[in-house]
Amino acid sequence: MQFYIKPKQKNEILKTLRGLGESFLKEIEEGKNPSVEVPVRTLRNIKFDPKERKIFLGGYVSKRYFLHLGETRRFTQLAGIASLSKKLIEEDKHVSLREAFYILKRTIPGLKKNIVEEQEESNRAIEDLELVINALREQLHMNANKLGAVAGNVVIKDRGDLIDWSKLGSGGWSVPSNVEDIEFVEVNAKFVIYVEKSAVWERLHEDKVWKKLNCIIVASQGQATRGIRRLLQRINYELGLPIYVLTDFDPWGIYIYSVIKFGSIALAHISDRLAIPQAKFLGLTGDDIKKYGLEKHLIKFKEIDEKRLKQIREYEWFKHNKDWQRQFDLMEKMEAKAELEALAARGITFISEKYLPEKIKNGEFLD
Amino acid sequence: MTEVKEEKTLAEEMGEKIKEISIAEFFEKNKHLLGYENPTKSLLTVVKEFFDNSLDACLEARILPTIKVSIKEVKENVYRIVVEDNGPGLPPDKIPIAFGKFLVGSKFMRLRQNIGTQGIGAKGAILYAQLTTGKPAKITTYFKGKKYEIELSIDVIRNEPKVISRKEEPIEKNLHGLKVEVFVEGRYIEKGQSIPTYLKYIWITNPFTKIVYDGPNSSFTLERVVNELPKEPKEIKPHPYGVELGRLKRMVHMTKSRNVVGFLTSEFSRIGRDSALSICKIAKVDQEKKPSELTDEEIERLHKAMQSVKLMSPPTDCLSALKEEYLAESLKKEFEPEFVVAVVRKPAVYRGYPFQVQVGLAYGGKIQEITQEAILLRFANHTPLLYNQSDCAITRAVEEVDWGNYRLPRNSKGLPPAPLVILVDLISVWIPYKSEGKQAIAEYPEIIKEVKLALQEAGRKLSIYLHKKFVREHLAMRANIFEAYSEVFSEFVSDLTGKPKEYIKNKLIEIIRRGEYKDGEEKKMKEEVIEVK
Repeated sequence: MQFYIKPKQKNEILKTLRGLGESFLKEIEEGKNPSVEVPVRTLRNIKFDPKERKIFLGGYVSKRYFLHLGETRRFTQLAGIASLSKKLIEEDKHVSLREAFYILKRTIPGLKKNIVEEQEESNRAIEDLELVINALREQLHMNANKLGAVAGNVVIKDRGDLIDWSKLGSGGWSVPSNVEDIEFVEVNAKFVIYVEKSAVWERLHEDKVWKKLNCIIVASQGQATRGIRRLLQRINYELGLPIYVLTDFDPWGIYIYSVIKFGSIALAHISDRLAIPQAKFLGLTGDDIKKYGLEKHLIKFKEIDEKRLKQIREYEWFKHNKDWQRQFDLMEKMEAKAELEALAARGITFISEKYLPEKIKNGEFLD
Repeated sequence: MTEVKEEKTLAEEMGEKIKEISIAEFFEKNKHLLGYENPTKSLLTVVKEFFDNSLDACLEARILPTIKVSIKEVKENVYRIVVEDNGPGLPPDKIPIAFGKFLVGSKFMRLRQNIGTQGIGAKGAILYAQLTTGKPAKITTYFKGKKYEIELSIDVIRNEPKVISRKEEPIEKNLHGLKVEVFVEGRYIEKGQSIPTYLKYIWITNPFTKIVYDGPNSSFTLERVVNELPKEPKEIKPHPYGVELGRLKRMVHMTKSRNVVGFLTSEFSRIGRDSALSICKIAKVDQEKKPSELTDEEIERLHKAMQSVKLMSPPTDCLSALKEEYLAESLKKEFEPEFVVAVVRKPAVYRGYPFQVQVGLAYGGKIQEITQEAILLRFANHTPLLYNQSDCAITRAVEEVDWGNYRLPRNSKGLPPAPLVILVDLISVWIPYKSEGKQAIAEYPEIIKEVKLALQEAGRKLSIYLHKKFVREHLAMRANIFEAYSEVFSEFVSDLTGKPKEYIKNKLIEIIRRGEYKDGEEKKMKEEVIEVK
């Protein structure tokens, strides 16, 4: 559990928020331009730690000033979010990102402008604050929409309610943005399959894969949300269950796996709270295509796919990995990609009854 | 040399022609050249002719001019026009000839910077009035302690003045001046190429003049901004480089000199005995020959030779520009801009004629209420040119200046789209008009170059002003923005710390008002990236 950092306590966060305000006040009282240091979030400040196998933020910090034409607006928004967060924590209320936007949005006296005009601005201010005080937006009591689906032999406790993941019908349980306070009451599963497509999740759910293989199945649409990633990380760290990632055989699927395992470039500052270095790739490979005879069901590469492939194989964490480079070579040769749904060509339940059990039994993972 | 029309050709032609046809007939044939091609322009031309005469008379007598113009509609499209000045007046005996007989212009053969030069101006106006309304002109002069009132018309068959009545009465001794009253058919307009516009513009370049206007719809008084007349322009003799063959032929016949060398040295500027001898030698003309006995071929050879010898440039004391500050002052008064600059160039020479350019730029202020596109005011010898703007050397020069270099919006063609008044005044003993209409100046490279240089110099000064203004406004804008954001920022900091909002806000505003955050610092601050570890 060495990578797993327990979230800060409420009091600690309140103290940090007050501290931020005090630092502004001190500068103002000294007649100085109020400033704040924000870690730089561009690619040049993204580092990969090969030992711990995750992406992290380098040491570049940029100093922002309140009295600066290009920054005053963003600086004010940051202070606004900090003030909102303090109130929310004190009153023990949570708001959605959309609500946070409306709370912050009002006219600045003397200017024909609002403090925020678009939700993008308040979202960005929230991300800035996360970076500045090193906390998650969920800890600041601001949540994204719930998303995705979970099914499995697990009982959890959420705000006092017991929820059984095996008894939620066809839809499964939706993962909230904030999973910090969820308690695992009863767990009867050996591993987790995370699948990048809800359509495939529905297939696995209908075929009762979680029951048959004794696992948890989790899905989102496309890139995993923070809530899902944090949930997977907690299951991995706290329950010790392996995480298997099921995706298409294309650069986009492989990057979804990469984000779950190593962390993302956009959220490199919170890799510690999201990355799962022990996650394994269970998705389609170049070898699977031959083995299951999917050659006729490939989709030709577009220019954008080729470009993305070139980018991905150059990432620090893939560059020196022979197994992955071999897969990239196969993909490049085929000049095509394969979707998980293509397995249906071999039979509707082929993926549930043959593909997954066989691969897991034989330990055909990529790391 | 086809562009520059001989200023006397028309007048002389008239002289020759009126022997054969009536003067009315001639006027009818040539009215487009004299400024009477349509009712609007005709009305303006009448006023302009009398006004220019008055201004010239005052200047010549070194009197600070006060000129009153009154226009009243007496019936539909018929106006009574009165122009009155405080000039020296005229001896009553000269009045019939001065106002009622063609070819008696006093300004005929002179090379001097003057406003009117045609020698037909006032008479043309009187004739036009007579032809359209049939009413005589009434000339009043205050002269040597008496007031004379003379009504006259022109006998168009005989080209003779016909005095209808003559009154005289004693007045106070030191009163002087001249008043002309005519009834004219025409069309009056208030704006654009109109009489009020003409008066306002001519006042800008003659700011020592007081103009009292009493029009059909409006009246105004333009007070003089300067109580000093410009220095008197001297008369000069023609310079050999600028003289045309036709003119040379006339000069040969009119000279009192007994031989060619004497003719050359006395009738031209910058020709000494040595130059005169070498001209004769090159032209293979006997230096002792009597000028009036020269053959046409000999005159042509002389003309050619005159262009080939090296001579000093003509003297420039024949030009009288305004002082820069006076021009700036009157521009300021007329347009109420936020910035004004005037530049007067040193005299230069084209084809042997000295000329001088003065320009003024007025920017912003009240001009913004009138226009967002630059307005060009063209002048020749301090007289506004209201017509044919697109066809003029001044316009071309203005359009060739890259206004974008002077912090004005750039315009690929035409005038810059800015609240700007551009004034260009070309001063010369000989303005090269493109046509007899005298509204557009021929495009001599020397003239275009001088106008451009003057505008560029003025443009640089405008640019400095605009830059300072930009910095000032930018700083004020920054302070405004910062103060507005401080309002909400201090509220947030108050939320976080518990300190009162007003306390934080006031401290912040102190910091902002100290204004220590300049652009330069700002740039540096932005690049400040600290590497930890």
